[in-house]
Amino acid sequence: MKRVLVGPFNRVEGDLEVSLDVDAGQVVAARVNSPLFRGFEQLLVGRVAQDALAIVPRICGICSIAQSAAAAAALASASGVQMPANGKLAQSLILATENLADHLTHFYLFFMPDFARASYVDRSWYPDVASRFAAIKGSAAPAALGARAGFFKLIGFLAGRWPHSLALQPGGSTKAMTAAERIRVLALLREFRGFLETTLLGGSLEQFSALASESALRDWAAGRAGDFPAFLNAAYDLRLESVGRAKDLFLSYGAYDLFAGGVWSPEYGETAAVDRLDPAKIAEDVSHAWLAQGEPLPPALGETVVDANKAAAYTWCKAPRYAGQVAETGALARQVVAGQPLARDLVCRHGASVTARVVARMIELATVVPAMEHWVKAIVPGDPFCNQLVLPDSGEGVGLVEAARGSLGHWLSFRRGRIDRYQIIAPTTWNFSPHDGSGQPGPLEQALIGLPAGEEAAPTIQHVVRSFDPCMVCTVH
Amino acid sequence: MKLLWLQSGGCGGCTQSLLCAEPRPLFDELRDAGIEFVWHPALSLESGDAALQILEDCAEGRLSFDVLCIEGAMLRGPNGSGKFHLMAGSGRPMTEWVERLARHARWVFAIGSCTAYGGFSASTPGNPLEACGLQFDTDEPGGLLGKGFQSNGGLPVVNIAGCPVHPGWVVDTLEKLAFEGLAASDLDAYGRPLLYADQLVHHGCSRNEFYEFKASAEKQSDLGCLMENLGCKGTQAHADCNIRPWNGSGSCLRGGFACIACTEPGFEAPGHPFQETPKLAGIPIGLPTDMPKAWFVALAALSKSATPKRVRENAVVDHPVIRPAVKKAGK
Repeated sequence: MKRVLVGPFNRVEGDLEVSLDVDAGQVVAARVNSPLFRGFEQLLVGRVAQDALAIVPRICGICSIAQSAAAAAALASASGVQMPANGKLAQSLILATENLADHLTHFYLFFMPDFARASYVDRSWYPDVASRFAAIKGSAAPAALGARAGFFKLIGFLAGRWPHSLALQPGGSTKAMTAAERIRVLALLREFRGFLETTLLGGSLEQFSALASESALRDWAAGRAGDFPAFLNAAYDLRLESVGRAKDLFLSYGAYDLFAGGVWSPEYGETAAVDRLDPAKIAEDVSHAWLAQGEPLPPALGETVVDANKAAAYTWCKAPRYAGQVAETGALARQVVAGQPLARDLVCRHGASVTARVVARMIELATVVPAMEHWVKAIVPGDPFCNQLVLPDSGEGVGLVEAARGSLGHWLSFRRGRIDRYQIIAPTTWNFSPHDGSGQPGPLEQALIGLPAGEEAAPTIQHVVRSFDPCMVCTVH
Repeated sequence: MKLLWLQSGGCGGCTQSLLCAEPRPLFDELRDAGIEFVWHPALSLESGDAALQILEDCAEGRLSFDVLCIEGAMLRGPNGSGKFHLMAGSGRPMTEWVERLARHARWVFAIGSCTAYGGFSASTPGNPLEACGLQFDTDEPGGLLGKGFQSNGGLPVVNIAGCPVHPGWVVDTLEKLAFEGLAASDLDAYGRPLLYADQLVHHGCSRNEFYEFKASAEKQSDLGCLMENLGCKGTQAHADCNIRPWNGSGSCLRGGFACIACTEPGFEAPGHPFQETPKLAGIPIGLPTDMPKAWFVALAALSKSATPKRVRENAVVDHPVIRPAVKKAGK
């Protein structure tokens, strides 16, 4: 057996190193390391509670809005402030823009370039896929970057700028949309829909989101032009629908009043209801993180104290667990928890996989863009967008939202107006968590076991790691 | 012109912002200017050993490159070990990589305020991460590379400050360098390119009519000027955010929230809540720097007394409730 260190693991957000134990050309154990520590939880302590709104977006440049939304929700829960209808619609639009743009960035810039690697040169699909998706130089990049920049213009109208907006407030949004902006935003949504339908999917959003089974998906994709059908063709050739399974316990906090939250596993059955989410069952284990040792703690009582020389540790990432279990979060989790038939069918047949995670992102693009069109139309110019926050002198709050990569939670408490505890569990903290005290590997660590590794191996490990769309800067906040 | 790009103690937001470059897609824009990436952690194909080989070749002077772009703060802790950020796969501190690479770069660019001045990490009380910028430690010259550092091209570190940077600031600075060269006279006292930093955020602010009359917003989402109550530093912050819009048509002020002066060193720890204006005897402190305070107070009192009803009432609501009057031609 030999140990292989893979790093820098690039085309993810932030820093990632993966250590693999390889025996007879197969991975037998994996350790996932976030080799960067930033310490935003400590940084927030002592600040005025509302300052979290300016600070937490800076945790992450790719999901800064999600961080804002979690902080705003935590402050809202501490104060009891409610959002007016326009404010809620605006927040959903702003968060959805970031989440969907993330899916697009991931597909074109982070994930697909691996299919252009020379090790696939003998595959029938290779010439087309390589010229389309080669890193930086591929023919897909200009239109994808154009569509991305165009879509982010929604945030120019709704939240001033991206990343690092301060528009999301506990009581709504600082930016009241004007009647003229409403027309422009609808036009931008039409433009983005056009890109998705003609270039990415090669079919209408409604037609795609109505697909209810894997066989329907395969029939739909057969012979179809489009960047996602091209992926699907290559993915089935490489059998990626049965690669990259973790524990198959899926967690979602629920998103935009569109996707329900909860916990679900294929063991419950394809049409089974979800378990209601009980946040009290969440705890973080630090046994393999460079943090002072202690019992697993719920985040409302959590600590982050550096111990850089701890012997058993190999990462800065904590290990969040749900009722002591390893849980996966992300677009796939969001969709199976919400009961989306195609996502559930894929998972019930094969378990979570590279293919299922990519398909779930496409389902979100196809279902959320039409929802956004409805939200914009439901906005009433002239009605209020923001209610005033009045914080008590001391208190505590929890903000649970869905970022592109999955469940994001902020737990804060403050005394005499100043933060005395702030704990964050980011989606990739769940997915790329290390072993816990009972020896359970994290989701990615499990998903890598059994994969081919070594000099001549195909880049399957690359596909599996990137199928989670990891965000390491969030992980180490 | 070849770019080598690395990320350290930051959020990656400057790269993400850069990808929003307009009007042309970033890769086309750079390619047509003859600018190419030797390696970029978010964008390049090479991973693992192949990536480390590129970096090692650059650090040893075997592979030439022109501009070293660094994004994120330099984390020197704990206890000077650099362990808070080891370059993945190499086991070596990122600070060590940056020092080695900087010796071979013709120019060194700090991308974003973290890299320029140390960012939020450096502004944590006690600075437990031992964070700093490349050539500044907050507003003091120094930083990782030292205050006397000059790259082989004869310039100190070029600080494209901002949290995050506007894509245009990076693209324009790179193209200025590629086509015309960059001189010390093109930078301000904090090393920022004057092409964006010799303006104030205040310039071109869509709320200027409210500013003129000191018709102030009182709460989040109000339309009025954000300086008097809500912490806006647009009159003190060097950047062209309201002249060169963000994401098509936006800016912080247009988005309804205050400028927190994210292009200025030390903006992370202003000494007051971000969204509140500190005041003394009811008068905001931190008034525009190039105007005597007494004059400002006198003018403000005068302009407040002359505020049109339309401006006064529209300032404290989130959409205009009084329209500009319509007059007949020639009246």
